Amino acid sequence: MELFSNLALGFATAVSPVNLLYCLIGVFLGTAIGVLPGLGPTATIAMLLPVTFALQPVSALIMLAGIYYGSQYGGSTTSILVNLPGEAASVVTTLDGYQMAKQGRAGPALTASAVGSFFAGTVATFLLALFAPPLAEAALKFGPADYFSLMVLGLVASVVLAQGSLLHAIAMVVLGLLLGLIGTDVTSGTQRFTFGIPELADGIGFVTVAMGMFGLGEIVRNLESESERSVVIAKITSLMPTREDWRRMIGPILRGTVIGSALGILPGSGSILGSFAAYSIEKKISKNRAQFGKGAIEGVAAPESANNAGAQTSFIPMLTLGIPSNPVMALMVGAMIIQGIQPGPSVITEQPQLFWGIIASMWIGNLMLLVLNLPLVGMWVKMITIPYQLLYPAILVFCGIGVFSLNNSTFDIYLMGLFGILGYVFSKLGCEPAPMLLAFILGPLMEEYLRRAMLLSRGNLMVFIQRPISATLLALSLLAMLSVLLPSFSKTREEAFKE
Amino acid sequence: MIRSTKDFWSGLIYILFGASAILIARDYGMGSALKMGAAYFPTVLGSLLILLGSISLIRAFIVAGTPISAFAIKGLLLVVGSVVTFGLLVRGAGMAIALPLLVFISAAASSRFRWTPTLIMTAGLTVFCVLVFLKGLGIPLPVIGPWFGR
Repeated sequence: MELFSNLALGFATAVSPVNLLYCLIGVFLGTAIGVLPGLGPTATIAMLLPVTFALQPVSALIMLAGIYYGSQYGGSTTSILVNLPGEAASVVTTLDGYQMAKQGRAGPALTASAVGSFFAGTVATFLLALFAPPLAEAALKFGPADYFSLMVLGLVASVVLAQGSLLHAIAMVVLGLLLGLIGTDVTSGTQRFTFGIPELADGIGFVTVAMGMFGLGEIVRNLESESERSVVIAKITSLMPTREDWRRMIGPILRGTVIGSALGILPGSGSILGSFAAYSIEKKISKNRAQFGKGAIEGVAAPESANNAGAQTSFIPMLTLGIPSNPVMALMVGAMIIQGIQPGPSVITEQPQLFWGIIASMWIGNLMLLVLNLPLVGMWVKMITIPYQLLYPAILVFCGIGVFSLNNSTFDIYLMGLFGILGYVFSKLGCEPAPMLLAFILGPLMEEYLRRAMLLSRGNLMVFIQRPISATLLALSLLAMLSVLLPSFSKTREEAFKE
Repeated sequence: MIRSTKDFWSGLIYILFGASAILIARDYGMGSALKMGAAYFPTVLGSLLILLGSISLIRAFIVAGTPISAFAIKGLLLVVGSVVTFGLLVRGAGMAIALPLLVFISAAASSRFRWTPTLIMTAGLTVFCVLVFLKGLGIPLPVIGPWFGR
């Protein structure tokens, strides 16, 4: 079968000593930043992007991918042991995980989370290998109008899945699209919104925006709640779950994997939505639902499986269509472009080694993570005790040097400061920065595809509903928008975010 | 009266951005739907932003919202200020001056700031960054800058 020969090629690439090393570095760093509250994968990958210039494309992407799914493993450790989500996708894990830890069952909770994540990661990696090639083949038939509609769907999904007010999420998307247009217009050569500043002629780098809004903005937000932060780490006695625990976590792990894999493909969500959905579903259908919130192992196994599955399947749109579905994937796209690879459906056929190497490395990385997170959990526990007041100045140093090295320009450092202020102010006003960053990246692409579509259709807007692919995608966007307005859905949405 | 300050201020910000986009883009050439000029997309987006901002502004007077929590002005100024200072100094004074300053200015934003651990961390971080980023990755920044005659 072709799939197996492809996977064999992938494993051959991924097990070369160099790639194994970068995979290990990636998952190690990923676990570390997952464990540390207040440092997420978006800011970390943005910081490390310049370091990857010197690497081979495969090694660079293997490492960056490892950081992302590795952070899903690490996040649960902090959630369980200190009741602080190490990662946004581990928020729900605190509910039951910390309760288990308080009852002296931190070990079984950690095991449930790691085993669930590993199982989910294995299944999701396989799904990725199975579905990515046919999807990429289908994507080759996409015209400019279809691409435009696909991006509309992506932005709509990110709006629907954003926290807080719908109106603000839409406005943030439009603002992001607008900011993305800063720089030289490719078609006419006009310099737009550059205010005569030469550094702006090439546009604002999304790494600068990501570091400002997610790095700096996040630090200021964390400093606000500094006094409430008290780190009391629960003790781990035995890692081994009881026979009863094993029996109870099988169902949630299976369901979490399915939910997480499905929701991970959706643009705009990645791993976060899956963990929320998996938790609320378990809470509804579990026989032990009375125990939820009081230390039910199901409440740890389900969301942790789901977030790891989602982290894995969120690579599908990026690898097959070249369209990033969340800020982390946008950074991956950036890493590919820097390496001279144009992301899109042709990557699979033109760079089979790269594509299958990344996929194979994901499974190897998951295996490494299982070892890193269970027997070595003590090492990570020590890391949680690093005080934040020492950590954040170091993060700022890496942001400063990292953003400078992109263009060897101090202007980018000031720009990062500006976006830090912007990110903080918007978060204060209840506007989520994630949809804005996604729109910022898609802005120039959308304009380009809109232009081409209009040129091909001789200025006829009907082309978007005459082409079947585009029409389907737009109908889906409309459906997603309408579903938010339905009272029953918006209630679930609010509940999901409240938890 | 204003019932939701969050909606009010964010609405104003949207309108401000939308209006400036349209005003600035007037110089760029509109083109037509068939051959869209450089101003076409920004104008559409700017109008959309003004519309959304107006809705937010109107809603601010109708629907009550949660008030804006206090701004951490000190934290914001110190964190952003430390990074800007780093940018201003790093070429002229060099990494060995700019990096410790970044750490100290930003660390002052924390209420738990203590000298000894911060000093130890700064020393380690400076050595690490000089070795890895400047020597290892060859980022063109001086350790000690030209301001000190080097």
